[in-house]
Amino acid sequence: MVKLAVVIATLLTAASICAAPLTDEQRALHVLNRLGYGPAPGDLQQVQAMGVERYIDQQLHPERIALPAALNQRLDALRHNEKTPREMLAVVRPGPLMKLDAAQQQEAQREIYKDAAQLSHQERLYRAIYSPRQLEEVMTDFWFNHFNVYADKGLTRVFVTDYERNAIRPYVLGRFRDLLGATAKHPAMLFYLDNWESAAPDFQGKNKRVQGLNENYARELMELHTLGVDGGYTQKDVTELARMLTGWTFDPRASFFGGGSYTFDARRHDTHGKEWLNRHVEPRGQAEGEWALDVLAASPVTAHHISYQLAQYFVADEPPASLVDKLTQRFINSQGDIRAVLTTLFASPEFWDSANVGNKFKTPYQLVVSATRAAGVQVNNVKPLTGALYQLGMPLYGCQTPDGYKNTEAAWLNPDAITRRINLATALGTGRLALSRPADSDASAPMGKGEIEPLDPVTLANTLGPALSDKTLASIQQADPNLRAALMLGSPDFQRH
Amino acid sequence: MDRRLFLKSSAALLGTGLFPFGQSGWALAANPASPTQKKLVVVMLRGAVDGLNVVAPYADANYYALRPGIAVAKPGAADGLLDLDGYFGLHPALTPLQPLWQAKQLAFVHAAGSPDATRSHFDAQDYMESGTPGRKGTADGWMNRLLATLPGEMSPTRAVSIGPTLPRILSGRIGVANVASGNAAGKPTVLDRPKVDDAFSQLYKGDDKLAQAYEEARETHKEVMDSLADEMMAASNGAPLPNGFPTDAVQLAKLMRKGNVQLAFIALGGWDTHINQGAGKGQLANRLAPVGEGLAQLAQALGPMWNDTTVVVMSEFGRTAKQNGNGGTDHGHGNVMWLLGGAVAGGKVYGDWRGLDNAALYEQRDVPVTTDFRAVLAQVAERHLRLPDAQLAQIFPGLTTTAPRGLIRA
Repeated sequence: MVKLAVVIATLLTAASICAAPLTDEQRALHVLNRLGYGPAPGDLQQVQAMGVERYIDQQLHPERIALPAALNQRLDALRHNEKTPREMLAVVRPGPLMKLDAAQQQEAQREIYKDAAQLSHQERLYRAIYSPRQLEEVMTDFWFNHFNVYADKGLTRVFVTDYERNAIRPYVLGRFRDLLGATAKHPAMLFYLDNWESAAPDFQGKNKRVQGLNENYARELMELHTLGVDGGYTQKDVTELARMLTGWTFDPRASFFGGGSYTFDARRHDTHGKEWLNRHVEPRGQAEGEWALDVLAASPVTAHHISYQLAQYFVADEPPASLVDKLTQRFINSQGDIRAVLTTLFASPEFWDSANVGNKFKTPYQLVVSATRAAGVQVNNVKPLTGALYQLGMPLYGCQTPDGYKNTEAAWLNPDAITRRINLATALGTGRLALSRPADSDASAPMGKGEIEPLDPVTLANTLGPALSDKTLASIQQADPNLRAALMLGSPDFQRH
Repeated sequence: MDRRLFLKSSAALLGTGLFPFGQSGWALAANPASPTQKKLVVVMLRGAVDGLNVVAPYADANYYALRPGIAVAKPGAADGLLDLDGYFGLHPALTPLQPLWQAKQLAFVHAAGSPDATRSHFDAQDYMESGTPGRKGTADGWMNRLLATLPGEMSPTRAVSIGPTLPRILSGRIGVANVASGNAAGKPTVLDRPKVDDAFSQLYKGDDKLAQAYEEARETHKEVMDSLADEMMAASNGAPLPNGFPTDAVQLAKLMRKGNVQLAFIALGGWDTHINQGAGKGQLANRLAPVGEGLAQLAQALGPMWNDTTVVVMSEFGRTAKQNGNGGTDHGHGNVMWLLGGAVAGGKVYGDWRGLDNAALYEQRDVPVTTDFRAVLAQVAERHLRLPDAQLAQIFPGLTTTAPRGLIRA
């Protein structure tokens, strides 16, 4: 206990000057919390040593940070078992020669979806927990939510890993227009928001299901992805945009020649002129949709909408208008350069205002990843983590609606959530979460006596530094030593960042 | 309650195997009214259920003309509608609700919805939950304002939401409980171990939001354990219960009967049928079936309390009258609200229904809204929960229209 008392004594001095400017340690904690998923053992010391400014700059350029060999090995192993979308389509949408009977077909699909889900969960969580490119992981989650698809809607599961990897991840710090174009054309989005089956109202195809317009994607493209719900468009604008996007589709049948990727089907395209956002649109085939994405990405209304969301995610549930305005300007004059906008954000006085430090209530995802990082445990089996996310109401790739998960306190703080968070913290802190079992084993079976090893509370307190208040540490000092780590992870302090 | 009607409805329900009233029903129903005796359960179908296929105007030829691929067949045909009143028919997946219709404990208000024209799911749901269409700044939900206004003693579980997050409709000044969906409800937690509970209780001392949530969680958990734990294990022989609305409905009924619950809320998703929604069978039918089954089981499991309970089923807006290019429907406007309960003046489709002629449609595409959803809720609050007029204005500020009269029996 002596060691913990020393830690407490050091921290007391840090915490008691809360209203004063942030200490170096608090500044380091703040960037680790907001640009990443909180400190892992040693991170606080490392960021202090290199300086907060350098850490931010490095995080904004993830290509300059090498991935550790151990993480690369994990990811390689996952890739080895992964099936491509086309390989999966060959099973779930087989051609007439490969058809199985209905029961076999169902079983084959169930198996392939289960494997795909598990691999996607592992990749996402391993990266979030172990990647030193923490901001890249945070932004991947941010943009995935922004352009949300629900994996369990039909064929979306086939494409969701590829969607995150090829439509989201390469652009998370790049140009917004690239992100918009990549998501618009990805089969995951085309399927999830139904545009793949949308066609000109007078289209007569062989497929009876494709017989006219479907405005689902066009609406969400303006409401959620770009302008925002108050962006000043009308129902007519939704319908007209849907007409411009007719023919943006993919072939769901895998074949020797291809399939499973975006294609423009000119036969389905509405070739009449359109009136959209007070402009006349001449018939130009696929170029109409491309132009619409240009217009939407360049709109100041979009700049404001995205800036508000970034400010809310990184600074406060109700972000300061001054900051949102600043980011909007940066978004506009950088032509939607996300790295430039974030650079402005992380340098802003609003980001560093002590009222905005430690004020965000963690989402279940942020809680689960930050607790696992802080614990410094070797994770071989992510099932206890995905199970916790499910119970906390935030399953991975499991948000059914296109608006994605919220990141505000109002959305996630409720009585049941507190109990569940404490349950999770206690299981993790007392060493009862079966994270170390092999990936394909049953993680729900109770841990054997020899397997249980509580986390060391002194190490954990060192890892978390000023994340735990003196009041919390004093209270924890009274508790059973085997419970102390659990109390830290389950404390009110650790629910915020 | 009208004794004759009561006997008739009991008989009707008995005849179909649905038996909501136990022997003790008489004794309990005769108890003097306590302030919290009247209950309200709100079921929200998030994603905009296709009301035109839930309560379908089969006698209007336009219905079949507009929906050649997805209209539900007329009563009597295979997978056809269940006739309600010679004009409207109920979706066949809702067969479990037929006895309640026959017992006049199920009513519908058609062409109901929000006066705000938004076709955004998220805005429309927000308005339906805040009770202030068109106004986004409203901080709390109307069920929380209702809770604050109703006479009677507060308890942590007086208002309950089923599910892992607290919905907008119940957020606000008064503490509200949420209970896990499915088999996770009523399970012991680490806080049932005194040592762990003591240590965390020390940590969560105070009056900030987290401390409050912690305290509410402890009290709720205790009540839920008292209400559910024994019965659940007994009923399922220890096997985990399947997740789904029927399970949640039965658990809710137990909580309501044993605990202090007066207001309850549950949301069900998956109604945004832009593609291939099916007719008498198919995607929409598969979604509706557990709703019908769950509501019927709720009625049964509540026993005598069903007489004091009103259930409202609502959805943020309706869907286009015409099917779209993919055998589905897009975002529309007016929808149908469902009312169930012993006090509902059921067996009737209410509302100012103007048909599906192109000229009668809102923007020539949707069922118009002729009844404000708030007016229906206000009448339930006033007639069923006995909320005084003056206080209604706090629940639904700015509401000027009224709903069809007599939805609740006097």
